[in-house]
Amino acid sequence: MITGALRETGRLFALAAEVGRAVFRRPFQFREFTEQFWFVASVTILPAALVSIPFGAVIALQVGSLTQQLGAQSFTGGASVLAVVQQASPLIVALLIAGAGGSAICADLGSRTIREELDAMEVMGVSPVQRLVVPRVLAAMGVAVLLNGLVSVVGILGGYFFNVVMQGGTPGAYLSSFSALAQLPDLYVSELKALVFGFIAGIVAAYRGLNPRGGPKGVGDAVNQSVVITFLLLFFVNMVMTAVYLQIVPPKGG
Amino acid sequence: MGIEVVVEGLTKSFGRQNIWRDVSLTLPAGEVSVMLGPSGTGKTVFLKSLIGLLKPEKGRVLINGVDMVNSPERDIYETRKLFGLMFQDGALFGSLSLFDNIAFPLREHTRKKESEIRRIVMERIEVVGLLGAEGKLPGEISGGMRKRAGLARALVLDPQIILCDEPDSGLDPVRTAYLSQLLIDLNAQIDATMLIVTHNLDIAATVPDNMGMLFRRELVTFGPREVLLTSDEPVVSQFLGGRREGPIGMSEEKDAATLAAEANTATPAAARVIVPQLEPSPGLPPRRAVARRRERVMSMIDTLPPAARSAIRETYARDAGAVTVTAPVAGSGA
Repeated sequence: MITGALRETGRLFALAAEVGRAVFRRPFQFREFTEQFWFVASVTILPAALVSIPFGAVIALQVGSLTQQLGAQSFTGGASVLAVVQQASPLIVALLIAGAGGSAICADLGSRTIREELDAMEVMGVSPVQRLVVPRVLAAMGVAVLLNGLVSVVGILGGYFFNVVMQGGTPGAYLSSFSALAQLPDLYVSELKALVFGFIAGIVAAYRGLNPRGGPKGVGDAVNQSVVITFLLLFFVNMVMTAVYLQIVPPKGG
Repeated sequence: MGIEVVVEGLTKSFGRQNIWRDVSLTLPAGEVSVMLGPSGTGKTVFLKSLIGLLKPEKGRVLINGVDMVNSPERDIYETRKLFGLMFQDGALFGSLSLFDNIAFPLREHTRKKESEIRRIVMERIEVVGLLGAEGKLPGEISGGMRKRAGLARALVLDPQIILCDEPDSGLDPVRTAYLSQLLIDLNAQIDATMLIVTHNLDIAATVPDNMGMLFRRELVTFGPREVLLTSDEPVVSQFLGGRREGPIGMSEEKDAATLAAEANTATPAAARVIVPQLEPSPGLPPRRAVARRRERVMSMIDTLPPAARSAIRETYARDAGAVTVTAPVAGSGA
């Protein structure tokens, strides 16, 4: 049981390393990359925007109500912005990349595996990792980074709207507390998280897709597992990255 | 000329289940070999081990000095370009048309111009009789057509070694006969080493120069076709006769009690007849492997069992006579 879990983990890391090497191997599959990028972007943009508005609003309302009780209402803007940029945005992106993009990647690779298409490719001397997995992982990473920008902007606008219009906050206080507390490294770490989450989502989806167990039903199970495994990994990695970030980057207000 | 494939002491298990052990054989360069065996004896696993898709725990598969089991991945990928593998159901890329499927290896491994790719691909499509279907997707054609398209794709890089995984499954007897002829014609044209994995008795009787059989996790025999065709090993004669009486059971193998009961009631097996091997279609060059095989077989003839020995002598004597007699006698008793 334990050795089984360790073996799976090891093979997942081996695939990640192989992908890392194959990224630099020519020829780069530009067409496949473009197609996958477009596909992942098209299935994630709209849901990401729709999720981020209420999410920004929830944070604004919650933080607003708390700061009102503490008498620190003028800091609402800064607090909600940091929560959106650093935490909510990369996680929303990750959930969508894993749920919408990763599941599709996993299902696609899984059905190709059971139809022996990938074996056929290997027999013809073409590496499926270089040909299929690398473009997909890179697409997931690229879309994650760009999507993270979109979600941050939409989330902040949503928060601003709810704070100013619904809770009667002042626009000036919102903006000034934003620039008082937020700094550029917050944005950097947010984008770095999105990049890493996109990588993890792509690798896990590809790994489960390349190793489905037992026929068409196995592909369904693999898709399901890939989403669950990705979520578990993402929240853990997010915790580690947040802890490290808070240690090494001094807060601006302090 | 094709390349010799040397298999030494190959053993493969999945988890605790042993598939076959200590398989050693040599596929002579340019000759056609057939691997027989009841369903589920690991014939496909054997094929995939030859090409390095599956890794046996023990043994070696040597091709041009590269060990397909243990060599570095890079060498294995290079060596695979010498292979053409025809998968059981074609294994075509579902998102590409037949034309693009067959052109795939050319586009990956050569710098040929699109016009030349088109010429080569259409030539192969014609060879396997799929003209007019090249724009279709694999999902839109029948299983037999998918198989033939898979063969065309395997041939497009002029492979030195051609492996066919059950070329007959899902084909009617007439198409199977055409396919047998196609394989022999191919061998005459490109002189590639071929291994066909099958349980079709017609292919086994007419196509190969050499035959082997897998059963009970062992390679029963491998050698010139006459050795297997005249073998009095119970497994072999049961299989070739397609009878129920013998060691092969419905599930895997029979127990001793059933076997003993059978021995009393069994009807004697009909005498087996060695059918002459297929010749290339008229207009094609003779198979160069025939002369090489003759030399090889004659040099080892004293090590073969007596029945095989006389069958081989008879075959070659008949071939010598066939120059004058246009219609050769259909086989002689073994």
